[in-house]
Amino acid sequence: MVRARTPFLFSFVLVVLFTNPSFAQTSEADRLKAELEALRLEFSNRIAELEARLKAVENAAAQPAPAPVEAPPPALPTQMSAAPSSSSKMFNPDVAAIGDFIGAVGKSPGGGEPSLQLHEAELSLQAVVDPYARADVYLTFGPDEVGIEEAFVTFPTLPGGLLMKVGKFRDAFGKINAAHNHVLPFTERPLMTQNLLGGEEGLGDSGVSVSRIFPNNFAFIEATGQVFQGNSEIFKAEKRADLAYVGHLRGYRDLTESTNIDLGGSFAQGHNDAGGGDTTRLWGADATFRYRPLRRSIYTHFLARTEVAWSRRSELSGPSAFGAYGYLEYQFARRWTSGLRLDTAERATDPSIRDRGASFLLTYAPSEFSLVRGQYRHTRRGDGPRSNEFLFQFLFSIGAHGAHPF
Amino acid sequence: MSPRSAVLALAVVAPLLAAAPEARAAGLKVVATTEDLAALAREVGGDRISVESIARGYQDPHFVEAKPSFILKLHSADLLVVVGRELEIGWLPPLLQQSRNEKIQVGSKGYLDASLNVRILDIPQGQITRAMGDVHPLGNPHYWLDPGNGRRIAQAIQAKLTELQPADGAYFGQRFADFDKRLAEAEKGWDATMAPFKGTKVVTYHRSWPNFVERFGLDVIGYVEPKPGIPPSPQHTIDLIGEMKKVKATIILVEPYFDLKTPQSVARETGGKVVVLAPSVGGVKEAADYIQLFNYNVGLIAGALKGGGK
Repeated sequence: MVRARTPFLFSFVLVVLFTNPSFAQTSEADRLKAELEALRLEFSNRIAELEARLKAVENAAAQPAPAPVEAPPPALPTQMSAAPSSSSKMFNPDVAAIGDFIGAVGKSPGGGEPSLQLHEAELSLQAVVDPYARADVYLTFGPDEVGIEEAFVTFPTLPGGLLMKVGKFRDAFGKINAAHNHVLPFTERPLMTQNLLGGEEGLGDSGVSVSRIFPNNFAFIEATGQVFQGNSEIFKAEKRADLAYVGHLRGYRDLTESTNIDLGGSFAQGHNDAGGGDTTRLWGADATFRYRPLRRSIYTHFLARTEVAWSRRSELSGPSAFGAYGYLEYQFARRWTSGLRLDTAERATDPSIRDRGASFLLTYAPSEFSLVRGQYRHTRRGDGPRSNEFLFQFLFSIGAHGAHPF
Repeated sequence: MSPRSAVLALAVVAPLLAAAPEARAAGLKVVATTEDLAALAREVGGDRISVESIARGYQDPHFVEAKPSFILKLHSADLLVVVGRELEIGWLPPLLQQSRNEKIQVGSKGYLDASLNVRILDIPQGQITRAMGDVHPLGNPHYWLDPGNGRRIAQAIQAKLTELQPADGAYFGQRFADFDKRLAEAEKGWDATMAPFKGTKVVTYHRSWPNFVERFGLDVIGYVEPKPGIPPSPQHTIDLIGEMKKVKATIILVEPYFDLKTPQSVARETGGKVVVLAPSVGGVKEAADYIQLFNYNVGLIAGALKGGGK
């Protein structure tokens, strides 16, 4: 503030000097001279004082540590905060785009994936809202639709150790339902998801989620309860009261520093499209074992996972429809990961038909931000046709995409 | 077992497991993201605080998995000390968000970014893109490998501990002064050991050592990685061998979490030596605290240079 005024005063003095016609008069000139001299002195004193203060401030910034034994650091780390963007941009959310390109070769009686397709482009916007909340928005652009994959606000510090999410998001049902396409270790979702859990869109809806952890010395236990509008691929709400409910319980424990086990149980209920107040109930369980040696964590890991689910539609008598997959993943080099998935799933509307499948996967990741994947998939449909297909995928990510949940 | 009873059984068993009592240590509970910060917190906090770290010293700190067990650690923490400069960007944010602990959120009193008071190198100038590899736009985050920075971190921790637990302010001040003295003493020893090797040309695997080599007067002429975070490529390795032969560099410094195959073949070609250093406290058994970390690394390098071609 003070500094900004100084040049102004100087120019004012200059203007006065050059515009005053009586300047020629000696006595007047002397008086002016004296005044000027006084002004100059005052200014130079003030500037010196200001400079000293500025220096003190700079020094303090350079070594907020009141100089213990050492000389102050030569470089000014505080320069860092002056990033090459205006302050308004600093509050912009983290923006990232992810492209997911999938190709398919081979005969598939059910139609299946197109030969070459930009399957999805995802745009993510993530930022802290205020001291109490953060927000995540994921928009997806498919070949013929634009949609909100997820958009929610999270309140991470509610009393009672609760974590609340409000918005549209994928249900906490099992492992794979909550995951976005681009983090899946496959090019598509397992038959269990296709037949029982709403396919690629899966269970995802507008709602409120509350979860809490139960701190103890034995394991990480997290319970999540969610209420949704009741409209998703699986559920259809005809009335306001037709809400869908999801409950999820997760237990996780480190066995050693390199191995851990992760268990979950899920339940979901909502009205379905049969009309007349009929409901669909879903039960699920998942188990994961992971191995990643810390000293070689970037070179190798092993994962074994299984998920099972039952779907029961109230309008159908007879048994629930059952689906499951088992997946093994082994990273054998820094950039290479192989995988094997076995699928089985009955159809939700006709549990007497059971589809089966097996996939072998090979993934090459040049960096954390891109990958190329091949998947050989054998499918045996319960109602007849068999297929052998080869799928391939290119995934790329630009921008600042937030880390994914473990 | 029917589906319903399976889920019911889970629902019954889980809360029983959860009923185990929560352990509370006396004093402030400090969680540091790396063992270096944990070690410095221990130097200052002594027995008036409890300290835990998330990453292990022999682990690549860029690629830590965001395991739920870490959420539990953060849940009960009073103070979180982070390396900052986006080192933990791949794993800390989701942990912090799920910690349900408002004390340690970014911007809260219990969140300490250790990089704010220290000397940071390699701050990229001009435009940066990922074509340059995994660059750190806010500067090199391996800054703790300069004892001067270690002192500054310890002092920042001392100030923070005093703020959070004022009753022990004098104790923390005393502990810091003592650490400061011991570190200064040790520095004299390291300087003396390294003095004959000033200006020695070395190669490192990753750009983990700019602060270290600056402090001890080594000259890095190349990296085994062609670009930060990008694994070695054949062409780059050939170029590196040529460059090492040209400038007569014989020492390749490697972090314990990298594969030794390429460094070893480079060493064979150039008649050099691979030295596996400890980039962090706990990286090897011998580096059990901050001063021992430098004892170990300085000793190893000096030993290799004495025995080597120099």
